[in-house]
Amino acid sequence: MKREMTGAEMVLQALKDQGVKHVFGYPGGAVLPIYDEIIQQDDIQHVLVRHEQGAGHAAEGYARSTGKPGVVLVTSGPGATNMVTALTDALLDSIPLVCITGQVPTHLIGSDAFQECDTVGITRPCTKHNWLVKRIEDLPRILHEAFYVATSGRPGPVVVDVPKDIQFATGIYEPPTNIAHKSYRPKIKGDIEPIRHAVELLSRAKKPIFYTGGGVINSGPAAAQLLRELVQLTGAPITSTLMGLGAYPASGDNWLGMLGMHGTYEANMAMHDCDVMICIGARFDDRITGRIDAFSPKSFKVHIDIDPSSINKTVKVDIPIVGDVAHVLEDMVRLWRTGGHKLDAPALKSWWETIDRWRGRNSLAYRPSEDIIMPQYAIQRLYEATKGRKTFVSTEVGQHQMWAAQFFGFEAPNHWLTSGGLGTMGYGLPAAIGAQVAHPDALCIDIAGDASILMNIQEMSTAVQFGLPVKVFILNNQYMGMVRQWQQLLHGNRLSHSYMDSLPDFVKLAEAFGGHGIVVDKPADLDDAIQEMIDTPKPVIFDCRVANLANCFPMIPSGKAHNEMLLPDEANDETVANAIDAAGKALV
Amino acid sequence: MNAQNLNAPSAYFMAEVVEQVESHTLSVLVDNEPGVLARVIGLFSGRGYNIDSLTVSETEHEKHLSRITIVTTGTPMVIEQIHHQLERLVPVHRVTNLTVEARRRSFEKPLERELALIKVAGVGEKRLEALRLADAFRATVIDATAEHFVFEITGRTNKVEQFIAILKPLGLVEVSRSGVAALQRGPEGI
Repeated sequence: MKREMTGAEMVLQALKDQGVKHVFGYPGGAVLPIYDEIIQQDDIQHVLVRHEQGAGHAAEGYARSTGKPGVVLVTSGPGATNMVTALTDALLDSIPLVCITGQVPTHLIGSDAFQECDTVGITRPCTKHNWLVKRIEDLPRILHEAFYVATSGRPGPVVVDVPKDIQFATGIYEPPTNIAHKSYRPKIKGDIEPIRHAVELLSRAKKPIFYTGGGVINSGPAAAQLLRELVQLTGAPITSTLMGLGAYPASGDNWLGMLGMHGTYEANMAMHDCDVMICIGARFDDRITGRIDAFSPKSFKVHIDIDPSSINKTVKVDIPIVGDVAHVLEDMVRLWRTGGHKLDAPALKSWWETIDRWRGRNSLAYRPSEDIIMPQYAIQRLYEATKGRKTFVSTEVGQHQMWAAQFFGFEAPNHWLTSGGLGTMGYGLPAAIGAQVAHPDALCIDIAGDASILMNIQEMSTAVQFGLPVKVFILNNQYMGMVRQWQQLLHGNRLSHSYMDSLPDFVKLAEAFGGHGIVVDKPADLDDAIQEMIDTPKPVIFDCRVANLANCFPMIPSGKAHNEMLLPDEANDETVANAIDAAGKALV
Repeated sequence: MNAQNLNAPSAYFMAEVVEQVESHTLSVLVDNEPGVLARVIGLFSGRGYNIDSLTVSETEHEKHLSRITIVTTGTPMVIEQIHHQLERLVPVHRVTNLTVEARRRSFEKPLERELALIKVAGVGEKRLEALRLADAFRATVIDATAEHFVFEITGRTNKVEQFIAILKPLGLVEVSRSGVAALQRGPEGI
């Protein structure tokens, strides 16, 4: 309803009208009027973080695990600049975030005032859109527009910068309306002709593959359901990017595992040799394609994406379809059914036989040990112990992240929270906190590395204060494992600053924060310790001491193609040292 | 099939792809709001695209719409990317590739004009020669003293370039140029 209120009241009213239940934030001078409103109401719960970056990643975890936008409230200056990493992370992984920042009063803007920064200038390249509110009359419209832009089309982060005098000013609040945006109108429904072509192309395929990504998750549960239906109808194999894990169940019959740099041999070989590739909500990222001129050279490619700029960006495709994944898949399933299509059975059988041969290479194999815990084994045991529970897994970035993706099976969308595009160390703990806020009864685990966890360890304090029993499962090898792995591959095993001396005692650290600490270094003790972690009703840091020098395989070395994977059984010191040629060394 | 970039060792070396680089003129209709030009320019610098010319002014006052005309160069794939990336910006209403539209109608280029103000100082024969050339190029004198002229010239970019080059030895002092303004031929708007 329309009524007169202050800007600060409008912010709270708009959040309520947008269905927001939780806000992650940190107060400061330029947002005090809004914080004064927060304490005078009960509809919206505020989660006080310990660093603004933590608020951003917590909101990302919240958004990814619920499908709803994450909301952040921070102050001007350092509050806003500390958000930059989280905003960039959300932009690259297409996570809907609405970030409200305080700003110095309008008459002080441009004067280098205390805690002033050019927030909209700084966040312009790391948001989908941002606004500086200069008139109270614009505030309600901008707040509602912010939610619309963040959540519609390809989702992403937005920033609304609200100067302090606007928060105090009074104006007429307007509730959200359904009026179409004047310029931003993403295409939801795909054109039927290319969809028809895609279905016909698929029906004639002899070696088809579905290559799916985070777009399926973003499109909502219906998209994952339709994807499963289409895969079942066709009988074709399916692989997914890191961001898309869970859209198709890891236990599904047609699942090849993740593809890309640390994907399975069978997934990458199938991508290389397929004759029809159906790319759904993925973007041919460099971690996926490997050497681009040798990327799937024999295939016709269909690309379904809601963002036209994703199409033909790095890989030229034959049939582009711009639209929302669920809408396009609905049409595809319908056309497949009504057309009475069926894949050529003998061809499909022989394709699966080829795939099974690749699978026989057992590309995720590792040498088990009874004395030391192999990191892969730790993930496998963790996965076994959490089966049958409602579990959300977040990660930091590095080897542990890849092992989690390889060895933890995801059966449903929205249960896997990881920083894929930006690769942000320090993402996992706040993301797990965000997921736990949204799902108080679920088991929320941050699979971490000993290096990454220290980047946002302060959020343990948040978890304790709000009674959020997140579990931090650290694969502790005392190295920045992935950095070390690359130094072995590229820099003659000169391990420049990738060893962590003087790591904290993680058990004492957990206790210092008011949580519970566990340390394990024997494989035989692992299962009981994991059970203890799960049974502990408060935040836990689990220091899992793993084999220090284990590396993450299989791997497509930089500058190589899908069919030039480095497999674990071939990865001796010499092969590793020579895996990447001069041109590949320049890549990241 | 994926036949492009046959010479590129990876996604990082896409720029080395031997594909014909073309010049295209894009017309971008945007809300005239604070920061909109920064968004467009930031997109070009952030993604490493070229801007050869950029012209912007509010063209529909009642709707607060500005028209940005950008001349850019790139391979056809990059031009397509620029087009879609521009469309992604929230305050952008429409992006039209005038070069593609012109070709579709069998023209080499859209209508393109640029305005330049050119100051030339000198006396004697050089001064007379400058005036004669201005006449030949249909430039007009808009300011003068006994020691200088300011010429105004309007035309295609290469005509303006040529005029400036010729004036160089005749006492050229300074130049201000508007950048390219462009429209599609024919009765329809974009």
